[in-house]
Amino acid sequence: MTGDASALQLVLSGDPGLFAIVRLSLLVSLSAVLFAALLGVPLGALLALTRFRSREAVIVVLNALMGLPPVVVGLAIFLLLSRSGPLGSLGLLFTPQAMVIAQTALVAPIIAALTRQTIEDLWVEYQDELAAMNIGPMRRVMTLIWDARFSLVTALLAGFGRAAAEVGAIIIVGGNIDGFTRTMTTAIALETSKGDLPLAIGLGMVLIVIVIVINALAWGIRRAGERYAG
Amino acid sequence: MSMRAPVSDLPLKFAEAQIAVRGVTILDAITLAIAAGSPTILIGPNGSGKTTLLRAAMGLIPLTSGRITWGGRETATPERCAIMFQRPAMLRRSAEGNIRYALSAGIPRAKRKERAAELLALVGLDKLGHRPARRLSGGEQQRLALARALARDPAVLFLDEPTASLDPHATKAIEDIIRAVSARGVKVVMSTHDLGQAKRLGGEIALLHRGRLIETAPVDRFFARPRTEEARKFIAGELLV
Repeated sequence: MTGDASALQLVLSGDPGLFAIVRLSLLVSLSAVLFAALLGVPLGALLALTRFRSREAVIVVLNALMGLPPVVVGLAIFLLLSRSGPLGSLGLLFTPQAMVIAQTALVAPIIAALTRQTIEDLWVEYQDELAAMNIGPMRRVMTLIWDARFSLVTALLAGFGRAAAEVGAIIIVGGNIDGFTRTMTTAIALETSKGDLPLAIGLGMVLIVIVIVINALAWGIRRAGERYAG
Repeated sequence: MSMRAPVSDLPLKFAEAQIAVRGVTILDAITLAIAAGSPTILIGPNGSGKTTLLRAAMGLIPLTSGRITWGGRETATPERCAIMFQRPAMLRRSAEGNIRYALSAGIPRAKRKERAAELLALVGLDKLGHRPARRLSGGEQQRLALARALARDPAVLFLDEPTASLDPHATKAIEDIIRAVSARGVKVVMSTHDLGQAKRLGGEIALLHRGRLIETAPVDRFFARPRTEEARKFIAGELLV
């Protein structure tokens, strides 16, 4: 049997090991996107609407952080969470929580930078109207985030794409422990190096399908939003 | 819509109002009084300062020098003023959602819905309330912007070229609304470069050119006996450069 055929069989047979890995991967990546959105959306909106001396430098740094090397983030979080690190007492190293923290650090700058751009563009359009309506600063922010919500789906998608495809950071802070911190990407890396191609290919197929399904859902949400809100 | 109470914030007065941006004078020592009553129409060619004057009155642009007073007081622009921009931005909501947004948050939800329906009917958009505002035609968007400005229950309504680039049918619809609003006691201050419109709607005309106020006069006198060379040329359709 070829590697592809065995991989397909593995997926279709509902292999429990494979689906445990898929479940954990989704849990880690979606949690990271959620936390990164909670941090990144307000931060991006704040940056879009405030003016201060070194604002442009902050924007350049934020944009640069979108390309943070995952292994460097993994290393930084590893040092933070390791037994002798400042947060070592929490005992989070080599847990799914550590993986969520690492991916949040990777995804938050992407969401913040894209939110900043989206909100700033909308602000240029809305600025005069909201000023003329005497809308206070807090309501302005809420209005802009609400009205940009369908565009912000793209920012969340970009963040999810980064998290779902990422391997460097989570393998360092998660340790790729079988049944505990092994995700699709870390398993693919491991199984490929071991020569177990069917499992690696099966996981790869599942990963691609998940990414396509999530993108299709987001696309649908965006289109529905455009029909509703214009 | 209720009748306006006597407008205590009027007259709106500009005293030697000057606005310069990066060394370019946009408004040049404008002294002008705008009293309650029929619409005041600002006319003049493009770049004459009409839009800047309206924005300054709304407090959206600070003066470089000079003063603006409301009812004799040098205060911020009163709450009950609204403006409709030449190219209004439509919020990414339904037509009704745009109006409800502009309605004061103090109004109960049920009342807000009722007021929004009233305003949509006033501008003839009652059947399009659920349509996304950005999907409306240009004329419909202008009417919606007018309804949104009226949602703030203004005593003074500034309109910046409210019918620019609209066809005659859409222009008539907007002009009818302006007349109705004015008849209810709202002070309308609007800019246009359409002389026919100025004649149809105007009570008082103010001609601006290159940031300066050239002439003010009641509409009949302005068109019958212009006092300045610029006004004569503008009325005759000659280019003011």
